[in-house]
Amino acid sequence: MTTTPRTSRIPRRPAVGLAATVSAAGLLLSACSTGADAPGTGASADAEPVAGGDLSFAITVDSHCIDPQQVGNNDAIAAARQTVASLTAQDPESGEILPWLAESWEVNDDASSYTFHLRDDAAFADGTPIDAAAVKTNFDAIVDLGAVASLGSQYLVGYAGTTVVDERTVTVDFDEPSAQFLQATSTFSLGLLSPDSAALSAEDRCAGKYVGSGPFAVKSYTQDQEIVLEKVTGYDWASEANDHTGEAYLDTVTFKVIPEASVRTGSLQSGQIDATAALNAVDLPQFDGNGFWLQYRANPGVVFNLFPNESSPLAADEAVRTALVKGIDRQQIVDTVLTPQDQPATGVLSHSTPLFEGADDLLAYDPEGAKKILDDAGWTEGADGIREKDGQKLTTTVTFWQVPEPLELVQQQLRQIGVDLQLKHVTVAESEAAKESGDFDFDYYNLTRSDADVLRTIFSATARNINQRSPEEVDQLLDDSAAATDPDERERLVTEASQLLIERGHAIPVYELSTTIAASDRVQGLTFEASSRLDFYDAWVTDGAGE
Amino acid sequence: MTRYVLRRAGQGLFVLWAAFTVAFFVLYLLPSDPAALVASGGGEVSQVDPAQLAALRAEYGLDRPILVQYGDALLGVLTGDFGDSYVSGAPATTLVAQALPETLKLTGAALAVAVAGGTAVAVASVFPRARFLRQALAVLPPLGVALPTFFVGLVLLQWFSFRVPVFPAIGNEGAISLVLPTITLAVPAGAQLAQVLSRSLRGTLGEPYVETAWAKGASRTRVHLAHALRNAAIPAFTVLGVMVGGLLGGAVVTETVFSRVGLGRLTVQSVNQQDAPVVLAIVAFSALVFVVVTLVVDLVYPLLDPRIELRTPRGASRRAAPQRATAVNA
Repeated sequence: MTTTPRTSRIPRRPAVGLAATVSAAGLLLSACSTGADAPGTGASADAEPVAGGDLSFAITVDSHCIDPQQVGNNDAIAAARQTVASLTAQDPESGEILPWLAESWEVNDDASSYTFHLRDDAAFADGTPIDAAAVKTNFDAIVDLGAVASLGSQYLVGYAGTTVVDERTVTVDFDEPSAQFLQATSTFSLGLLSPDSAALSAEDRCAGKYVGSGPFAVKSYTQDQEIVLEKVTGYDWASEANDHTGEAYLDTVTFKVIPEASVRTGSLQSGQIDATAALNAVDLPQFDGNGFWLQYRANPGVVFNLFPNESSPLAADEAVRTALVKGIDRQQIVDTVLTPQDQPATGVLSHSTPLFEGADDLLAYDPEGAKKILDDAGWTEGADGIREKDGQKLTTTVTFWQVPEPLELVQQQLRQIGVDLQLKHVTVAESEAAKESGDFDFDYYNLTRSDADVLRTIFSATARNINQRSPEEVDQLLDDSAAATDPDERERLVTEASQLLIERGHAIPVYELSTTIAASDRVQGLTFEASSRLDFYDAWVTDGAGE
Repeated sequence: MTRYVLRRAGQGLFVLWAAFTVAFFVLYLLPSDPAALVASGGGEVSQVDPAQLAALRAEYGLDRPILVQYGDALLGVLTGDFGDSYVSGAPATTLVAQALPETLKLTGAALAVAVAGGTAVAVASVFPRARFLRQALAVLPPLGVALPTFFVGLVLLQWFSFRVPVFPAIGNEGAISLVLPTITLAVPAGAQLAQVLSRSLRGTLGEPYVETAWAKGASRTRVHLAHALRNAAIPAFTVLGVMVGGLLGGAVVTETVFSRVGLGRLTVQSVNQQDAPVVLAIVAFSALVFVVVTLVVDLVYPLLDPRIELRTPRGASRRAAPQRATAVNA
């Protein structure tokens, strides 16, 4: 819920994804087994973390709410994530779901019922034990919040209710299969607040007056200025996804709101802040070494795609859509308008999404193939180089609010195959309104979610149906994937669905969004969790003990 | 006098109503839906349940006919209730009241610096005997007006915070954090003031009464500061009134560049989030400031120059501005 396109797009600014971990001078990287995306720390591997000290981190915008169950903006999430623990955690490398507040769980055969067994020593920041009743109170409250809990209520679509089996056991039931729910329990959106907090007004919760369950708690929150988190003493239920157990190392983390990109750069350079994940791509190289370090990670989920609205006349033409898929030179976009760390799309989902295999051969640049498709479909080149058919020009529009440069290049590339793509750059608010009313030819965005189910929620004719099309083969695959509890089966369904979506031109992937942390060498251990959100739990500062 | 003030107050109320109404309908006509924006989590959500969206719209009262919404909002305003922010749920007036003190500090300091600096530059551009010095100083005001606030702020930051760490680049902590933003905001305002004042001073210095003062043997300082400046101040004073409003606008840019909390930042954020109750509260507040400042300026004219009298013209069609009897410079 951001801002001018200008400020809000900054956090989404290109940055990333390739051979992930970029090393600061002389540091060894941990965990590089997967090559790309290994969330290494910025720390030298042999340095022993020290507890104590403060860290300041710049964010671009304050969305006037820091309640983990309500926020959806990346900057707000950075702070909110630290204040709640979730039932499960997700391994950033393998995507595997690990225990956190729940020690173990069982899922029924069609993924419509989940039973969690809670650990018996966890408590909220005020000392109240985290029990089965608290879980029920939270999930019920999220459903009651409705659309305000934008992400959480989406994860709980089809929620039938939560049953407290005993003090440590809780069962969550759905009216329909919901295989995505297990990963959803690892997100901040379904992170747990104390039962008293769940009863607070949405306003008080937005203002940070809630009691959470995470390694940090809100110390103070000044709108548009800063969010100060302090370590929760006695926190001792870290998940295996982290590197240590016990309390967080840092005494406080201060999120400073700095709207201007150049000021974030200058503040980091001059030591007025310690780290940020919102620098302009052009400013990144100066922080690669020289007392600073960078770390990249491709955001999991749906990459930047053009989404055809097939209820509009031109986008309804499969020849046009598939020609667009072939007519985009993704590597050129990355090479010319993005950074060396960025990566072209290899599928509808990013390569860091668990349970998904990309297929870049489908996305190879093939202008001749694109021209042939259009020729065969009767779109012939007019005098001005734009194709036409039955007196209608092949002119169509994409409505978006994100950084315009990649699409400006797409526009030029499509011109080569005789397609005139008009760019309609609008505010976030206008873009949402266009989505809602269906008043667009092509939509354009990305969605971060570390679960392949995001594909279904966007494309399935029975879910959001971004294409506004009637049901077809791919919907069966997508809907089956919602009920698939076997990981291999889910991976097969999702990967096939992704390929079908590209073959039929329902999705036109462009490039992968990624996030870059830039930090001074004083900061160590600050890294990404599975959804490419920031995790401050393992972070420490080299001069911490002295303070 | 009382009649004049009452009449002006009445006009002020009309201005407030008009500003509120225009803002209300402009927000309504924007092609966007605040509820969808909130429910989309800022574009992060793939699928919003239409029933939940409808519930949210009903909660905000957006499902009612526009005129009903307008009437309701207007009634609320009469009781000082602008409604609650769509985004945070806090009352809009509370948000404005929270942001206001920091902006008052900034604009107050900038106004003081602008007046002091602007007056000094204006006087300095007429006072020296050396012609080249006068000409050199006369270049400053147009330069100050021409420099974008944004640019001034970033240059100051670059030099006095990033390269030489004297002042903090961000935040509202302590008087030291006010220094650079104050200068940034004061430059265009002070330059504008200096421009008007120096021109007015040059005119005044050619007046017969100044000749008289010279002839009586008054010192150069006394002629400039005691005789000329006082009369030359009237047009500058008019500019000052408009400037106060301009400073509120300038605060938007300055607060953004220096990452300061305040009304300017609240404005940007609320407009971007289509947070109508907050935007309307800010619009109403800004209109109120304009109305009050203009009235105060008009009331102060007679104190500066006894030849100016306030009166309500007969025939209500004319603007009830102070009638400037025998113009000072003419």
